[in-house]
Amino acid sequence: MDVLKKVPIREQDPKVRATNFEEVCLGYNKEEAMEEASRCLNCKNAQCVKGCPVSISIPDFIKEVKEGNFKEAYDVISASSSLPAVCGRVCPQESQCEGKCIRGIKGEPVSIGKLERFVADWAFENGVKPSVNAEKKNKKVAVIGSGPSGLSCAGDLAKMGYDVTVFEALHEFGGVLVYGIPEFRLPKEKVVKKEIENVKSLGVKFEKNTIIGKSFTIDELIDKYGFEAVFIGSGAGLPKFMGIPGENANGVFSANEYLTRSNLMKAFKESDTPIMIGKKVVVVGGGNVAMDAARTALRLGSEVHIVYRRSEEELPARVEEVHHAKEEGIIFNLLTNPVEILSDENGWVCGIRCIRMELGEPDESGRRSPVEIKGSEFEIECDAVIMSLGTSPNPLISSTTKGLDINKRKCIVINEESGMTSKDGVFAGGDAVTGAATVILAMGAGRNAAKGIDEYLSSKGN
Amino acid sequence: MYKILEAKELADSIYEFVVKAPNVSANCQPGQFVIVRTNEDSERIPLTICDYDREKETVTIVVQVIGAGTYIMKDLKTGDSFCDFVGPLGRPSELIDTPIDELKKKKILFVAGGLGTAPVYPQVKWLHEQGVDADVIVGAKTQSLIIMEKEMEAVAGNLYITTDDGSYKRQGMVTKVIEDLYAEGKEYDLCVTIGPMIMMKFVCLLTKKFNLKTIVSMNPIMVDGTGMCGACRLTVGDSVKFACVDGPEFDGHLVNFDEAMKRQQIYKTAEGRAYLKDKEGDTHHGGCGNCGGEK
Repeated sequence: MDVLKKVPIREQDPKVRATNFEEVCLGYNKEEAMEEASRCLNCKNAQCVKGCPVSISIPDFIKEVKEGNFKEAYDVISASSSLPAVCGRVCPQESQCEGKCIRGIKGEPVSIGKLERFVADWAFENGVKPSVNAEKKNKKVAVIGSGPSGLSCAGDLAKMGYDVTVFEALHEFGGVLVYGIPEFRLPKEKVVKKEIENVKSLGVKFEKNTIIGKSFTIDELIDKYGFEAVFIGSGAGLPKFMGIPGENANGVFSANEYLTRSNLMKAFKESDTPIMIGKKVVVVGGGNVAMDAARTALRLGSEVHIVYRRSEEELPARVEEVHHAKEEGIIFNLLTNPVEILSDENGWVCGIRCIRMELGEPDESGRRSPVEIKGSEFEIECDAVIMSLGTSPNPLISSTTKGLDINKRKCIVINEESGMTSKDGVFAGGDAVTGAATVILAMGAGRNAAKGIDEYLSSKGN
Repeated sequence: MYKILEAKELADSIYEFVVKAPNVSANCQPGQFVIVRTNEDSERIPLTICDYDREKETVTIVVQVIGAGTYIMKDLKTGDSFCDFVGPLGRPSELIDTPIDELKKKKILFVAGGLGTAPVYPQVKWLHEQGVDADVIVGAKTQSLIIMEKEMEAVAGNLYITTDDGSYKRQGMVTKVIEDLYAEGKEYDLCVTIGPMIMMKFVCLLTKKFNLKTIVSMNPIMVDGTGMCGACRLTVGDSVKFACVDGPEFDGHLVNFDEAMKRQQIYKTAEGRAYLKDKEGDTHHGGCGNCGGEK
């Protein structure tokens, strides 16, 4: 065994998986997991923990894996994370825990994400559930949204003994985990449903088809229904478009629409909800959502091109997703930016006019900003365009809640430490606060708010 | 599950359902809509609220069978349930936020086409309850497609019914009635029109001539209906609006109807229409404005 290298992970062959929606990564088995765990240096001053938004005691759980104590490993993880099977699959480990791993200085870091996934999957298979020991507090807390931040907040509050109800607007629970992230990256029945069952097993109640801000207001939750604190985890909202000509042509979709049709409405298999299968699809954007949309279109049978205005180095997607996308045959048109979407006489997309870009000075994000190369316009023929440029927060709650401050980007303003908004007893976290970010950052925010809610309600007394 | 307390056929292929839905009935207002799914495999279908009863915790919807999603609804009976029924979505009619004494000074005209009669009804009823009687034009292809006549009569000021084929009451399109009314010397301060997009387009072209402010209720393709997918985007004036959160009601003189009508065709292929015709037989007569069958 080469101690400088990760134990290789088994994956579906790229040629095979490009035509199915089964999970790409097959995960470690017991032996592989224990071998990988043995690469951990068990650092006293563990940097990996500092890189984890929910501060899992990483060396402690890896030590248990190394010794084959998987139940104990699960207990260590579930003390900090409500969704380990999800995080092990979708966290950007390279910029978090694994990015700080001392092993990574010389050689490859420990495969922390894959080990977390192994432990969580082992727990599913062996019927091991997170445990609650706290005394019931008889205080009601409402959690709005059943995505990563809401589930994490609800799970933590339930473990502290609170009476928690999660309200979900859609007909399924999980938020972006069900409508956004595709099956081949995050299986719904095998992983998401089971994680939610685990949160339910902690005593959390779930109400679907309830839109807070419309069905009931936050004030009604507090004054009429007796909730003593509210957490808003309503997530990202409306898709952004570029504002270029032709964006309302038939065949132009937001990545949100495309993915919601495929994932939530199951248009990728038998379903009443249609999805357009283009011959040649252009996906605009370079984030994880763009990769998900591109790889979904590919699996549905389209030739797929990604158009991104910066270079490969700046692609915001997880390294693993870019790698998988390339292996599967997605074509990358980097340093390229759309200027117009072309349509035929019936209003259908027939191409996209782009301009080549070069990298100039670093912008406020620290990345080198792309600059147009004059006169370099060219056209890509295509019959569908998927725009994946991020989202702006959903206005349903902020527009119907008095006393809730939002900033100029329409994001809810919170006290960073407690997670409390400008409205007493109302907390918020996740994309509703930060704008579109990652599952794990939302979970971290949910966790932080749970602590803030506990402190708030404890100080209020009875 | 959301229990159907009453199901009945209002007209040829048009069905009414009174549904127990406390999460919707508590706060819904005229102008808003719900999203409905019949079973676990169904599409999410947006439908404008046609009536509600806060005490009985019910919401009424009216559905025209036009596609796979609504086709399965025709077999639903009293006592059956919808699997999902969520709302209220969208913004209420702007009439709701207008001070009553201001409304009382206004002469308001409603123009309903076909199924659009159903969502017009709660607005007229609400105005009637505030002591404002609005005039209402109801148009349909033929007599058998006229719905809710009695209910509308009870709450409207003057009710003008017209059929394209002249089989009942007046003959001609709703736009002809508007022209006739103006020719008789009538004038209005506000028009609200709900019906097929093609009808709303022509009503707007006409009311522009009369300088009559006109509100339309748009029903574009939606997926989630909660402000997430962006499928329902429309061009209104110079900006892109999302019908589910910014609407569904807009200033009709600013809506780009041609683009909206093209966008409604996205999933309506020739094969799809043929399939539906085969499956439904003779239920679809065109003119619904939703299926593109009239093109």
